[in-house]
Amino acid sequence: MDVIFDILGSANFWAAAIRIATPLIFGVLGALICERAGVLNLGIEGIFVAGAMAGWLAVYLGAGLWGGVLVSALAGALFGLLHAFLTVILGLSQHVSGIGITLLATSVSYFTYRTALPDVTSPPRIAAFQPLNIPGLSDLPFFGPALFQQTPLTFLALVFVALVALVLYRTPLGLAIRAVGDNPASVEAQGLSVVGLRIGAVVVGSALMALGGAFLTMSAFDAFFFGMVNGRGWICIALVVFASWQPGKALLGALLFGAFDAFQIRLQAQIGQVVPGQVFLMLPYLLSIVALILVARRADYPRALLQPWTKGQRH
Amino acid sequence: MSLRLEPRDNASVGLKLGVSLAAGLIALLLVAIPVLFAGGSPLNAYGLMLQGAFGSMFALSETLNRATPLILTGLACAVAFRAKLWNIGAEGQLYIGALAAVCVGSGLLQLPPALMIPTVMIAGFLAGGLMMVIPTIIKQRFGADEVVITLLLNFVVILFIQMLIEGVLKDPMALGWPQSVPLIAEAKLPKLLPRLRMHWGLIVGLVAALILWLMVRKTVLGFEIRAVGENKAAARFAGIPVDATMLKVALISGGLAGLAGVGEVAGVKGYLSSDLSPGFGYSGIVVAMLAGLSPIGTVIAAVFVAAVFVGADSMSRATGISSYIADLVVALSLLCVLVGSFFLRFRVKFERRQVEA
Repeated sequence: MDVIFDILGSANFWAAAIRIATPLIFGVLGALICERAGVLNLGIEGIFVAGAMAGWLAVYLGAGLWGGVLVSALAGALFGLLHAFLTVILGLSQHVSGIGITLLATSVSYFTYRTALPDVTSPPRIAAFQPLNIPGLSDLPFFGPALFQQTPLTFLALVFVALVALVLYRTPLGLAIRAVGDNPASVEAQGLSVVGLRIGAVVVGSALMALGGAFLTMSAFDAFFFGMVNGRGWICIALVVFASWQPGKALLGALLFGAFDAFQIRLQAQIGQVVPGQVFLMLPYLLSIVALILVARRADYPRALLQPWTKGQRH
Repeated sequence: MSLRLEPRDNASVGLKLGVSLAAGLIALLLVAIPVLFAGGSPLNAYGLMLQGAFGSMFALSETLNRATPLILTGLACAVAFRAKLWNIGAEGQLYIGALAAVCVGSGLLQLPPALMIPTVMIAGFLAGGLMMVIPTIIKQRFGADEVVITLLLNFVVILFIQMLIEGVLKDPMALGWPQSVPLIAEAKLPKLLPRLRMHWGLIVGLVAALILWLMVRKTVLGFEIRAVGENKAAARFAGIPVDATMLKVALISGGLAGLAGVGEVAGVKGYLSSDLSPGFGYSGIVVAMLAGLSPIGTVIAAVFVAAVFVGADSMSRATGISSYIADLVVALSLLCVLVGSFFLRFRVKFERRQVEA
C-alpha cells in the first residue's frame, strides 16, 4: 500500500499523467467532433502518424515549432478532407474509408520520412517544446510541478476542450453540428447544408487528431519513430464512446487513462520483475476494451452515425 | 449537359471485375507521383517491380510465397465482411494461430507428418477462430463494437506473443534472439518445389478459397451469411438464427487468419517471432475489398498485392526508392476500389438538357 501512496503523492506522477493524456485529449476531441456530425473517422490512427511526421519534418526543415504545429494540423485537415469526400459526398462506407485513410496516411508518412532522410541511421532530433514557466503557478509547492510545468501543446489541448464544449453547447453552429449527427433531416429543413457541416466537422476534427500526433514528436519526444503512435488512435475511438461524446467527459477519460498509464509505469519500476513487462504494456489496450464493454449498452450513439446523407432525402 | 445518378439493382460480374482492375491500375499509376518525388523514373520503377515480382522462377515463387498468407487473411476478411461482421483483427488472429502451431508442433506431440500437419492446422484454425468468436460474443452480449475491439486486440496479442517468446516459449538455442522454440520436422509444411520457398500453405489457401466459394453458393450456411449481411432484421424475421450464423462466420474468419499464421510458422520460418507478419492481417482487408469479397477474386487480389510488395522490395534494392511505395499502392488500391463501389451502386448518366422554348 505504501508503494501506491508514494506514487500518488509524487508531483512527477501527476505531471506524467497529464503528459500521457495530452495526445489522447486531442485525439478524442477530434474523433468526437467527427462523430457528433455523424461520421466515424477510423483514419485517426494514420492521421496521428501523419501529424507526428509532418509537424516534426517541418520543424526539422526550419519552420519553427508553431510552424510545425500548423503544418501538422494542415496535414490532418487534408486527410480529413479526403475522408469527407469519400464518406460525406460520395456516401461510401465509413469503416472502409477510415481504414484506407489510416493505411494511406501511415504509408505516405513513412515514405516521405524515408525519402526526405534516406541516410540516417538514428532518428535526427529537433529542439522540442519545453515546459512553460507560468509565473506564480509553476513555482507552487507540489501543485507547480504536478500541474503547471507542462509544454504549450498541453495547455492548447485544454483550451480546445473548453472551446469545443463552448461551440458545441453554446452556439448555433454547435447546435447544427449536433443535429447533423442526430437528425440531419431537421438540419436540412432549417435550410442548412448537411453535407457542408459534415465536411467541416470532419476536416476540423482530423486537424485536431493530427495535433495529437504532433505532441508526440514535438513535445513528448523530439524525433519521429516508426510505429510510435502504436494504437493511440484506436484508443481514442474507444474513449469517445466511454465519454458519451461529451468534451468534458472526454477530458476526464483521457486524464484517467493517462493517470492509469503513468501509475502502471511507476508500479512496474517499484515492484520490478514479478510479472513480465508486456503485461503492463497490454493494460492500456485491455483497459480500453473493458471501458468499451462497460458503457456499450448505455452508449448514446449519435443517431445518424455511419449513415450517409443525400440532399432532399426523405425517411 | 447534366449529370444524373441512377441507382443500380445489381452490378454485373464484368463490371465488378472492371472496377477492381481499374482500382489496382489507378493505384499503380498514382504512385508515379511519389516515385518522381523520390527522384526516380516511374517507367523504370514499374519495369523493375514487374521483373522483381514475376521475372524469374525465383521471383514468382517469392510472390506466391507472399500471396499465401494474404489469400488466407483476405478470405478471413471477405467472409466476415460479407456478413457485415467487421473483423479488423486478422493480424492478431494470425499470430494466435501461429502460437497454437508452435504450442502443438514443437515436440509436445510426436506424430508422423500425415497426422502432425493436420493437427497443427486444426489447432491454428481453432485458436484463430476463438480470437474472433470472443469479440463477436462481446458484441452480441454487451453491444460493444467489434471494429475497435478487434483493432485493440491486435496490440494485446502481439505483446502477449512477445511475452511468451521472451519467456516460457523462448528458444534457448537462438543466441538471445527473442524467438520461440522451433517446430519439429514432422510439423513443417513441405516445400512445393526444391530450392524455392513456396510451400503447401499455398495449396491450403487455394482449397480454402474453393471451399468458401462452394459454401457461399451452395450451402445453407452460405445463404444464411448472405442474408444476414444484406439485412439482419429481415434475416431474423425469416427465421434465420442470426447470432449463431455470426458466430460461425467469426469462427471461420478468425480460423482462416489463424491458418495464415500456421503457414508462416510451419511453411516459412519454422519458429514464431514478433516480426512474423509485416501486416498481413491489415493487407487482408485490402485484398478482400479488391476482390469484391469474392473467394476466387481473393486469390487473384492476393497475388496482386503480394506482387506489389515483392516487386517493390526488388525495385527498392535496385533504385534506392523506399519500399514503402508498396504500402502506398496497397492503401491507394483500397481507396480506389471504394470509390469504384460508387459506380457499382449508381449508373452515371450524362444528359443533354432540353432547350426550353
